[in-house]
Amino acid sequence: MSKLNLRNVVKRFGDRTVCDGIDLTVDEGQMVCLIGASGAGKSTVLRCINLLEPIEDGEILLDGVDISVPGLDPQSVRARIGIVFQSFNLFPHMTALDNVMLAPRRVRGRTRAELLPQIEEMFERFGLADRMLNYPDQLSGGQQQRVAIVRALAMQPEVMLFDEITSALDPQLVGEVLDVLLMLKQQGMTMVMATHEMGFARQAADKVCFLQNGRIVEEGPPEQLFDHPRQDATRQFLARALK
Amino acid sequence: MTRNRTAGPTRRELFETQQRWRSIRIAATSTVLVVVALIVLVPLAPGWAKVQQSFFNGEVLVKTFPKLLEAFKINVMIFAWSAPAIAVLGLLIALARDTKSPALFPLRIFGAAFTDIFRGVPVILTVYLIGFGIPGLGLTRPWNSPYIWGSLALILTYSAYVAEIFRSGIDSVHHSQRAAALSLGLTEGQVMRDVVLPQAVRNVVPSQMNMLIALQKDVSLLSFIGPVEIFRQAGVFKSLLANFTPYVGAAIIFLIVTIPATRYADHLMAKQMRERR
Ligand SMILES: Nc1ncnc2c1ncn2[C@@H]1O[C@H](COP(=O)(O)OP(=O)(O)O)[C@@H](O)[C@H]1O
Ligand SMILES: [Mg+2]
Repeated sequence: MSKLNLRNVVKRFGDRTVCDGIDLTVDEGQMVCLIGASGAGKSTVLRCINLLEPIEDGEILLDGVDISVPGLDPQSVRARIGIVFQSFNLFPHMTALDNVMLAPRRVRGRTRAELLPQIEEMFERFGLADRMLNYPDQLSGGQQQRVAIVRALAMQPEVMLFDEITSALDPQLVGEVLDVLLMLKQQGMTMVMATHEMGFARQAADKVCFLQNGRIVEEGPPEQLFDHPRQDATRQFLARALK
Repeated sequence: MTRNRTAGPTRRELFETQQRWRSIRIAATSTVLVVVALIVLVPLAPGWAKVQQSFFNGEVLVKTFPKLLEAFKINVMIFAWSAPAIAVLGLLIALARDTKSPALFPLRIFGAAFTDIFRGVPVILTVYLIGFGIPGLGLTRPWNSPYIWGSLALILTYSAYVAEIFRSGIDSVHHSQRAAALSLGLTEGQVMRDVVLPQAVRNVVPSQMNMLIALQKDVSLLSFIGPVEIFRQAGVFKSLLANFTPYVGAAIIFLIVTIPATRYADHLMAKQMRERR
């Protein structure tokens, strides 16, 4: 059984169909990359998985259980699925440490003292040991984004979603964030990421999906999708993206 | 041509310094001209001697000032208990108006009606209606005190404005903050309390400071229903001494409090503008 399964997911904003029947299978420990032009619907797919957007039709299965049933309590699902955004979205009025501790304390009822050793260890692992007590505006973009990743990981999610998490970073900071993803992959985290980093997708993804107009036009292992795309649309997109 | 970049001011800096001095000279000159004109011209007006005698009478000022200060304590007292009540009630109303749960629908309607009504009626009218109306129901001491009902009138009116300011603060928090908090599994209530409200409140501190300053002045409206606060005390002196100087004294006392407060609010506002770039 796959970890995450989207079946014919349809999402509309008004009369605009942004996800037009998305089918997607993500196995345990897999890294799946969504690529496609801006506006193709990558962010929306991720937001739907995390129940930040209700879907019009189709189903989303987590461990085989439909989490998209209307009326289901979204908190428990969101606590199992972490998401990291392009714009970091750290809480500016809290230190990095408090950003990370907030959800485990409120949602899981853990105390600061209980959490501290484990979270300190995470900050250390992500090269942020001396940044725990800084506020977000005292951190570089790359540091902020790593704190955002730690924040999501602190809930010990089963699946992580990444929405173009390096797009807002200066080029020299992109590497430090992508390294973190490789580390997570090694630890066996199940991940879905929207990305423009084709080099990274080719190197790290188990599967790449090309989206256009709210549909997955083509999917496959990176070697196949990048080197032998079957669809014209994919070829055209790659020709532009890899230029 | 070679120029040493570290030695001495650059061309632009020199130019800007020059411009700055020029502005200062112009401002100083025009200020002096205006002040001199006032000093010379105003006393030439035919009624000046009379105005000076009845509004700027040093003797009267010295005599009444301590009593006025004494009366101002009542203003401070009414202010001191009204302001926290306004903050709490204003926040509750803002939250009630933004609530989404259908069970709380009546609360939302109530919040909307409340702000519409109390922002729509002049403060003095509210003070009269509540301050005279409620004790008029036949309440006995101490429950017929104008302090209680006058304060309530101020609290209700100011809560309506303060609530709207809190609401604008809540709106000013970017929706991506909510999304980030929700995505971690927090409930709507936790998102509001831990993420949105702290930022919202910080964003509106300068505006709320201005409300406090306005409140400090409007406390005087209670004089119309009884309490002998500074404005009323000045009125008593005016009748007694047949002189308006006590009013000027009262104004001076207000300014001593409000000018620093206003400056501070402006400073906070400017600082926030800078931080937002
Ligand atoms: N909240 C929204 N309301 C209306 N339209 C939206 C909303 N969010 C996204 N869209 C539209 O959906 C389309 C897909 O957006 P998005 O998922 O962000 O694409 P991508 O992440 O691939 O760039 C875009 O045309 C965008 O304008
Ligand atoms: Mg996007």
